Amino acid sequence: MSESLRFHFNVDGSNFTTAGQASVQVKKNLRELGIPADVIRRVSIAMYEGEINMVIHAHGGEADVVVYEDRIEIILNDHGPGIPNIELAMKEGYSTAPDNIRSLGFGAGMGLPNMKRYTDKMDIETELGKGTKITMCVNF
Amino acid sequence: MKISAIRSLLDANVICGDENLEHDVFSACGSDMMSDVLAYVKDQAVLLTGLVNSQVIRTAEMMDMVCIVFVRSKKPTPDMIELARESGIVLMSTEKRMYEACGLLYTSGLVGNGVRS
Repeated sequence: MSESLRFHFNVDGSNFTTAGQASVQVKKNLRELGIPADVIRRVSIAMYEGEINMVIHAHGGEADVVVYEDRIEIILNDHGPGIPNIELAMKEGYSTAPDNIRSLGFGAGMGLPNMKRYTDKMDIETELGKGTKITMCVNF
Repeated sequence: MKISAIRSLLDANVICGDENLEHDVFSACGSDMMSDVLAYVKDQAVLLTGLVNSQVIRTAEMMDMVCIVFVRSKKPTPDMIELARESGIVLMSTEKRMYEACGLLYTSGLVGNGVRS
């Protein structure tokens, strides 16, 4: 199926305060396109958790949202440290976030599980010392 | 329950969003952990929290929430108020602690509805 629309964002890794701006913008864009509300909510929550993760763990990165006729794909790319043990990282409650992030309301070990929960498909490609690419898909 | 009733029950000050006080809400959740809030998706319209940073507003926006109550007299920053205004989210602040504030709303009919997706 052909790609119909792509939104690209640079996620600033130096500022936790601005984390999530891209997800807010995606939510607005998808609303304007008339995408169903429950699809928008799932896409924006999954992307928001991903953005927060990129800021906490990987000094930022890039986010792409691609709108197809029957699905929305979210691609998150970072050049951070990579994920040493994906199975462990996917466990609810497991977190390597520092204490200062917990005091900001994140780092509860729910990010990746939430991303998987809200999407129909999630793939993680990661290499230690190189970075992580997460591709998520939400069907209409 | 109308948002104006929440203000009365919690004796809260409205910080922004006066124009939306007659909006009806049917459920709420209370948490200082935003990822826990994001794990539950069943139309909670109101968030009670003691956490003060811009991610509280963004979390509420992602969840389509319409009202945030800051407990223990916490006050949002000007940046947070601006973000909330842009999204039409009502912000209010109450002197009550989390446990008491949640209890008052729950016993008045505002349920949790914490169904996990």
